[in-house]
Amino acid sequence: MSFLANFFGAYWPAVELTGWTLIKIIAIVLPLMGAIAYLTLAERKVIGYMQVRIGPNRVGYFGLLQPIADGVKLLFKEMILPSASNKGLFFLGPVLAIAPAFAAWAVIPFDATMVLANLDAGLLYILAMTSIAVYGVIIAGWASNSKYAFLGSLRSAAQIVSYEIAMGFALVGVLMCANSLNLGKIVMGQAGGFLHWYWLPLFPLFIVYFISAVAETNRAPFDVAEGESEIVAGFHVEYSGMAFALFFLAEYANIWLVCALATVMFFGGWLSPISALPDGIFWFFAKMGFFVFFFLWFRATFPRYRYDQIMRLGWKVFIPITIVWIVFIGGMMQTRWAYLFH
Amino acid sequence: MIKNIKNVLGSLMLVELLKGMALTGRYFFARKITIQYPEECTPQSNRFRGLHALRRYPNGEERCIACKLCEAVCPALAITIESEQREDNTRRTTRYDIDLTKCIFCGLCEESCPVDSIVETRVFDYHGEQRGDLLYTKQMLLAVGDKHEKQIAADRAQDKKYR
Repeated sequence: MSFLANFFGAYWPAVELTGWTLIKIIAIVLPLMGAIAYLTLAERKVIGYMQVRIGPNRVGYFGLLQPIADGVKLLFKEMILPSASNKGLFFLGPVLAIAPAFAAWAVIPFDATMVLANLDAGLLYILAMTSIAVYGVIIAGWASNSKYAFLGSLRSAAQIVSYEIAMGFALVGVLMCANSLNLGKIVMGQAGGFLHWYWLPLFPLFIVYFISAVAETNRAPFDVAEGESEIVAGFHVEYSGMAFALFFLAEYANIWLVCALATVMFFGGWLSPISALPDGIFWFFAKMGFFVFFFLWFRATFPRYRYDQIMRLGWKVFIPITIVWIVFIGGMMQTRWAYLFH
Repeated sequence: MIKNIKNVLGSLMLVELLKGMALTGRYFFARKITIQYPEECTPQSNRFRGLHALRRYPNGEERCIACKLCEAVCPALAITIESEQREDNTRRTTRYDIDLTKCIFCGLCEESCPVDSIVETRVFDYHGEQRGDLLYTKQMLLAVGDKHEKQIAADRAQDKKYR
């Protein structure tokens, strides 16, 4: 260590900081990759179980090596580049889809001290990052030069833009309660057992947030961007091999992300539900896994929405509900019941 | 009016969605009905119509007398038969081919056979790796019959009073 410090001289503090940050980034991204890989297996298992099947169980015990086999297969597959596509954008699409899904984890507080970047405007950063992801989908659909891909990306663009408003409003309720955009402070504002978490005063907003999150991640029943049955596979119809896998990873990374956000915003992050039990990172993971299970459950249960119904739900139901509830909270905060909302 | 309010409230409370999730949630814990194929098999009927076989009499003589009823009745034209007189003046086939890529496994050949020679066995998990592999010749069909004769005879015996 001292040898390195001598070698870099006056630059050592900057180098040391960069090095530690890189190590932290790896410590977040690698387990996240693992979580994504095994979410694909969990999805197949859960949906299988709900359809009275048993799901994959041939590769490894209980199918535990299945995600690795899938990954290796996709790595070795040829990436087909359509001759009419826009080459540069064609490869930029998947990168733009997956990069924000990982980048947003920078501000997620896993524990009271475990956070990569303790931003004061963490919530805004998250909203910005999740908004960038839609460009990946749009660019991929456009660059493929295929009508199905283009239709898929148009659908996806309109859908994500619509639901982002409802999602943003739902989070406005949270920051009204927490008086902060810092995710760590939002969690600390919920201290004191599960009755103090924000899901209770903000229950309608939580429901709107969670359903919007399903729509944001293009998951069933809002998966019209993919729409296997009507537009083959939507925006990634022309993608194969690892480029396709990147979209796949991005989708599952986004699921983990929105579930982590739901945990932080409405379910008290790393705080334990009962004050007698110790707080800790395992609560965070447990809550996150609980929400992720709901994503799989939804997919096993609901048929795909019709496109105009999606738009109607987003604009004519969710946005009015969130606005009404925000005004309601704002009004209540001026009364003597304000303590309920802090 | 009241019905409308009820509808709106119902959809706001996600009643029907929760009902659906309750259903799938129950099935999550239900007993799984998957048959894990190579280790387990579904029960088979003794009338199962799978791979064909040509049978022999217990003394080793082949049953087929080249009457060509099966060839005539086959709706998919999958059977080709050529026959000749043998030295002992009995009529026998010199060629008996079944093209399994044409066969629809209707079982009419088995029904039409007057001497129970051509039969369909319980074998269903056979395959070919090349195009010609599923054209079964007389030798191959006789070999199948020799291999599964016990099972074939038992199945026919069980079904005897309905034939």
